[in-house]
Amino acid sequence: MIDRVIDARGLRKSFGETLAVDDLSLTVRAGEIFGFLGPNGAGKTTSIKMLLALVTPDAGEAEVLGAPVGTRAARARVGFLPEHCRFHDSLTARELVRFHGRLHGLRGTALETRIDQLLVRVDLIDAADRPLRGYSKGMLQRAGLAQALVNDPQLVFLDEPTSGLDPLGRLLVRDILSELRSRGVSVFLNSHLLGEVEATCDRVAFVKQGCVVHQLTLGATPSFEVEIRALPLDQPVLEGLARFGTVVGRPGDDRVLLRVAGDAVLPDVSRWLVGQGVQLYELRGRRKSLEEWFVDVMGDDQRPG
Amino acid sequence: MPALLTIAHLTLYDARRRKMLTAAALCGALFLAVFWTVAILVARDMETNPPTFLQRQINLVILSLFGLYAANFFSVLLAALLPVDALSGEIDSGVMQTLASKPVRRSDIVLGKWLGFGVVTVAYFLVLAGGVLAATRLIAGYQQLNLGIAMPLMLLELVLLHTVSIAGGTRLGTVTNGIMTLGFYGVAFIGGWVEQLGALGGIQSARTVGVALSLFSPPDSMWRLAAYYMQPEILRSLGAAGPFTVATVPSALMVWWAAGFTVIALAFAVVSFRRRQL
Repeated sequence: MIDRVIDARGLRKSFGETLAVDDLSLTVRAGEIFGFLGPNGAGKTTSIKMLLALVTPDAGEAEVLGAPVGTRAARARVGFLPEHCRFHDSLTARELVRFHGRLHGLRGTALETRIDQLLVRVDLIDAADRPLRGYSKGMLQRAGLAQALVNDPQLVFLDEPTSGLDPLGRLLVRDILSELRSRGVSVFLNSHLLGEVEATCDRVAFVKQGCVVHQLTLGATPSFEVEIRALPLDQPVLEGLARFGTVVGRPGDDRVLLRVAGDAVLPDVSRWLVGQGVQLYELRGRRKSLEEWFVDVMGDDQRPG
Repeated sequence: MPALLTIAHLTLYDARRRKMLTAAALCGALFLAVFWTVAILVARDMETNPPTFLQRQINLVILSLFGLYAANFFSVLLAALLPVDALSGEIDSGVMQTLASKPVRRSDIVLGKWLGFGVVTVAYFLVLAGGVLAATRLIAGYQQLNLGIAMPLMLLELVLLHTVSIAGGTRLGTVTNGIMTLGFYGVAFIGGWVEQLGALGGIQSARTVGVALSLFSPPDSMWRLAAYYMQPEILRSLGAAGPFTVATVPSALMVWWAAGFTVIALAFAVVSFRRRQL
């Protein structure tokens, strides 16, 4: 069993004068759903393309499923759903999945059974024999998901898999991701829908200007913040609060923002402040969302306008 | 089924449903209908007003060569234009990303498409040429000469053009590739005419330019060599120039050059696509 399904070190790619990926280094562990986040133009799709050998890196090296990127042995165990689901639109969904199954060397009854299972799973069995050119974007994405899973992959790259889906379609993808995780399949998920990522991923990496700038293990990282309004908030009090967590901000003279492990510490914080003779006016706890993480990590310079 | 054949199968399957092939089939059917009608009228006229034996043979040869020239020309257009977006279109649209992420060699993708479109082009030509030959044989009772040599030469011309179109698609956009491939054939066509005019007028410089252009772009010289073999001796001796007849015969070495050119273009396509960023 391979421990690291992706191991990339210093990948770099330029297109002419444009630097798409500067220094991509990351690892994805077996069985985890890994979110890859970043603003438009951060190099996310180029990074996926390098890991699939669709684009050749200018520098750096990477291994996928223990084999150097691009080897057919590695690609045989990988599934890929590209960002813009474009396929031969004269094919039906059944033909599309069959064709891609054949490229994986699958044949006969085993392939036909697999096709039926997948089309049922992505809820396309009723439209399976209609040409793709008549499909909606959401249906195309589900057909693309079926082709990505036809070889029962160990690692799946999904580039914006839910961008064209309605809420029910997103729920379906989320369920499929959960099934993949339960079977030990690793997923590399590139998505702008942070709520989706937060709901499905075990770990995320934030990529900015072609570099991984921050990684986060969702659920394990302290992401609970407490906003305290009290007086006085002088240096001894702030130093004392550090025993409960990390002071991450001062929205005002009478306010402090404290990052703590969870809401269990709130009564202790409250008792300690009162015990210090501090006038406590407000104590409000909330979990930091992935979107807030994203904004914090990316910084104001990445905000449009 | 190896990946190459799977991709060839997909190419055939996809081509079958493309409007371009439907349009080509309709044009071909229309042409055959016109040709059969002309053949019937010619045969009827020659029955009503019987020409001399020599004139009759010349009429039938010209009719047959005209038909084969047209069949060849329609097929040239198909060979150049059908695969023009085979690679470039799929790269631009993103279809290629899914394909190339599968455990297949990039060379299998190129060769599979080359094979698939090659089968379509060759089949198209054989149907059109077969229709022409059937008309001259069944209606006018004329048996075309030297088909065993001429047909492979025309097929080589088509394969060369379709290979150039595939190779261009590894680097150029669809429209640019279409212009480039037709331009490539245009150079061959002009080269052939310049060479013929040079031969008829005894202008050596024109012949030299014509030969040079044919070396740069050899497809049309394959048609001229095929037409030469399909002409009877009596027509050759007249030395007439025209699209269906030949005043100057390309060298047999040109066949080797055309075959070599095809191999080089195909090798370029494979290497170029292997290096292509998708």
